[in-house]
Amino acid sequence: MSVLDARLSRVNVSRDSRPAAAAPPAGQQTPTPSLRRRLTELRGPGVRPRSLDARALAALAANPGCRRRALLDGAGIDKGALAQALGSPATYGQSQFAIMRGITFESRVKADGGAALMRLLHERLRTDTAPPEGEEVALPDLSAAGPEGRAARTALALREATAAGGWALLDHPMLAVEVAGSPVYVEPDAVVVHPDGSWTVVEIKSFPMIDGAADASKVGEAARQAAVYVLALENVAGHVTARTGREVRVRDRVLLVCPKDFSNLPTAAAVDVRKQLATTRRQLTRLTRVEEIAASLPEGTTFDLRPAEDGRPTRPTGELSEAVETVGAAYSPECLASCELAFHCRKRSREQGAVETLGRGVRGELGGLRTVGEVLAAAAPEAAEEAAEDRAEGPGRPDDPAVLALRRAAALRAEALAGATGGAARPAEERACR
Amino acid sequence: MSLIQTLARMEAVASGRAAPLTTVRHRHLSERPLVLVPMTTAGEAGAPLGVLVGTDREKPQLLAVPQPRDRELRFAFLAELAESVLPYVDGFADAVEWEERKETDPETGKRVAVQVELCADAPQLIVPSTAGIDFVRLLGRSMRFRRTAEQEPETPYPAPPHVPLLGRWFTHFGERSRVPGASLLLAMTGLLSRHWATGQSMLEDQHLGALLAWIDPPPGESGQVAAERAETGRDADGQLLCPPAGPATDPAFDNRLLSPAMARYDAGLSGAEEEVRALIEGQLRPTWDAVWQGLDLLRALPPGARVADRWKRDRWSYTAHRDRVRAGEPPQPRRDDAVTAAQKLASRETAQAQLDAQEALDDPLVMAGRRLSGEAMCGTVVHVEMAYSESRRPTPRPLVTLRTEDRPQLSENVKLYRPLPDGRTQPAEFVSYAAGGGLVVRLTGGMGRGKEPEPGSVPEADDAVTWTLFEHSPRGGPELPDPEDTPWTHGGPPAAAAAGAPADAPDPVTAEDFL
Repeated sequence: MSVLDARLSRVNVSRDSRPAAAAPPAGQQTPTPSLRRRLTELRGPGVRPRSLDARALAALAANPGCRRRALLDGAGIDKGALAQALGSPATYGQSQFAIMRGITFESRVKADGGAALMRLLHERLRTDTAPPEGEEVALPDLSAAGPEGRAARTALALREATAAGGWALLDHPMLAVEVAGSPVYVEPDAVVVHPDGSWTVVEIKSFPMIDGAADASKVGEAARQAAVYVLALENVAGHVTARTGREVRVRDRVLLVCPKDFSNLPTAAAVDVRKQLATTRRQLTRLTRVEEIAASLPEGTTFDLRPAEDGRPTRPTGELSEAVETVGAAYSPECLASCELAFHCRKRSREQGAVETLGRGVRGELGGLRTVGEVLAAAAPEAAEEAAEDRAEGPGRPDDPAVLALRRAAALRAEALAGATGGAARPAEERACR
Repeated sequence: MSLIQTLARMEAVASGRAAPLTTVRHRHLSERPLVLVPMTTAGEAGAPLGVLVGTDREKPQLLAVPQPRDRELRFAFLAELAESVLPYVDGFADAVEWEERKETDPETGKRVAVQVELCADAPQLIVPSTAGIDFVRLLGRSMRFRRTAEQEPETPYPAPPHVPLLGRWFTHFGERSRVPGASLLLAMTGLLSRHWATGQSMLEDQHLGALLAWIDPPPGESGQVAAERAETGRDADGQLLCPPAGPATDPAFDNRLLSPAMARYDAGLSGAEEEVRALIEGQLRPTWDAVWQGLDLLRALPPGARVADRWKRDRWSYTAHRDRVRAGEPPQPRRDDAVTAAQKLASRETAQAQLDAQEALDDPLVMAGRRLSGEAMCGTVVHVEMAYSESRRPTPRPLVTLRTEDRPQLSENVKLYRPLPDGRTQPAEFVSYAAGGGLVVRLTGGMGRGKEPEPGSVPEADDAVTWTLFEHSPRGGPELPDPEDTPWTHGGPPAAAAAGAPADAPDPVTAEDFL
């Protein structure tokens, strides 16, 4: 069992009493020094690991089969800088208009000690308890030095608030998740402690909820992010239960707060994140394979950009590209929206003629054929006889059902196109068959 | 994506140029469409930044908001937009044809034929991308519940005249665009990717510049290189060579160019407004030209035979909404009631089935896809054997033996349909596979009323014929109850639910402009 596995299942043990067999053997609770050293080598000397935010963690779940992303993220490598150095920079960025709007909206939601927020929470989550009045909501101060300090302060505040048995609103708490053996700090917009000892994650977004409905893809992204926070909170909940003896429950319905219609007034909806939670949990366990992936790399592989004094990378692009190639990627066009390295992977994937460049679903009908060249060769009519002699076995052999279907598709397509150019003047009904 | 389309994409990869997916054009294109290229403020809902709008490709009208956070400026923009769009939309309202329609007479309860108006043509809006269609819907929603000073003198922050009306039309266009095959509001990316397969994925096809680069690459350059440049190419200032087709802007444009220019406008510097307008036009103009380039490419394709039939439905839709507006009916509700929603879904499903059938009948290349999936077959008639039904008055039921290489998914008595040259459909059924290859089909209609089939209604030996397993004009499902009979499973009659605010109540406005 790997490191993260152990951590997560330990939390689970205290939470929903899994069999004791899942508890980790002693001595596996910290990352092995060799892995830590290896990851440092991969980043290059003196490069601080880039911390993952909830958005990046959530994006990992989108493509769990990508070893390249798992390794680069696990090692805390700056993929954006890497893509820039490889000559295929990502096209990300956020408009400052959007950022400003997000900040104004959040401050509006949290104004007056979060009165509006608490009212929405009470309305939407239909808790049995009485609605919180202004003075009853505790607003613990969470300021501390550094992410570690803030995380510790947050854990303390959560414990105290839970023990007090009242309402509490934690503004921008800091939570830690273990990713591949090193802590990653994430910062939810807010966490609410209920009088019954349960906790709710609050996610404040600036996309509108119009007539009670918001853009589905944006809600999905927010739910995946919130799932990371819930997961991080469960860690703390385990400790609090152990210390206070009071059963702590992290609610799996989070509160999503958005602007109502075309205004800047807040409205909210409860979003069930159980599915996202399960995905993220599974994905984080899989991430621990970073150790295996790192072990499979050739000796001396590094993604060090060797920055000069002014921060510009001095490592030759070819050498860097070779290093990146040592770990396989699972490129699909969906990556373009969520991974900084996607344009590089797409370039490589296109050079190799991989069929996935046309979409993830394409491969389903192509059997064992993996490249565009193979598919077109198999579909060509004259290839039939040659292929019969050359390859009686394996993908592309003439009696492969995928090849037969392809050849028929090619023949039908050629027939229709030839008919169309030859008889454009004829009525369509007549042409339909020629 | 079907195998035949996947293959077309791979051909495009190999040749460096998009491959045709159709041999005809499957959507109606107006002779005088209104092109609308919108741009929105990042992070805001319903705060447009600017549009290029017009029917003349050389002279687009630029409407811009120098500061989207100012309610007055936004209203002024919407008023201008209404002034340029509504005359176009209304321009089709008065030229009418007369059509006969069966209606139930309220007094006698009999079905009688009545003459009704049908507009001879209808407006057509073209936006660059599917996101543009969503934006038209969003603008429609934001405008249609507004009140003008004329409607309600007491209303705070009244909207300029015509703005609520534009909202209703935009809502109608947006709603109609969800009907498969409808052409009142079309996205150029959708139009192009229906007719051509590029060497990239469907996700990447959402980028209008990249899509056009594949279909019509610059001379001597492969589509892939041109598409990659359109996607990511930037100039020395870090600005995209091919600005996004909107309505979302490029963050680099917002941060480096637009934001400083807006700050200068806020500071009241002279010439700042012109500067913002020029910046917005610079982002919109390439997309405007791209939309017209796309129209040129599509117009080069001959229209499919049944396209006019579908456009007629769009004309009905336009005429019906014109009548609702003239009758002073309230704007479309925020949410449809259960019966209306079910009716809309059912009619969209029917429209999808009709579209699929009509496209296949109009286009051998689309039919090829249906043949590959076993839903149609083409072949040659080997021989015809005359046979009759066993009823008291025997009718012709000839047996046609067909030779085909297609592999339709047949079982006994499966219904088959044959398109006739005059556009009608002849029904038939599958009988059995013939000994020595081929299959036997029994014609079951379309041969006249006599004992002998009408001449030309039965295929002869060596004729090339097509039979489909799908109906050619599929009908919708059973009728739905009236709204007042909505079952309790679907929320009951709408009147019970609507006890609260009236359905068309305006959105609340606040003294402070929050954007």
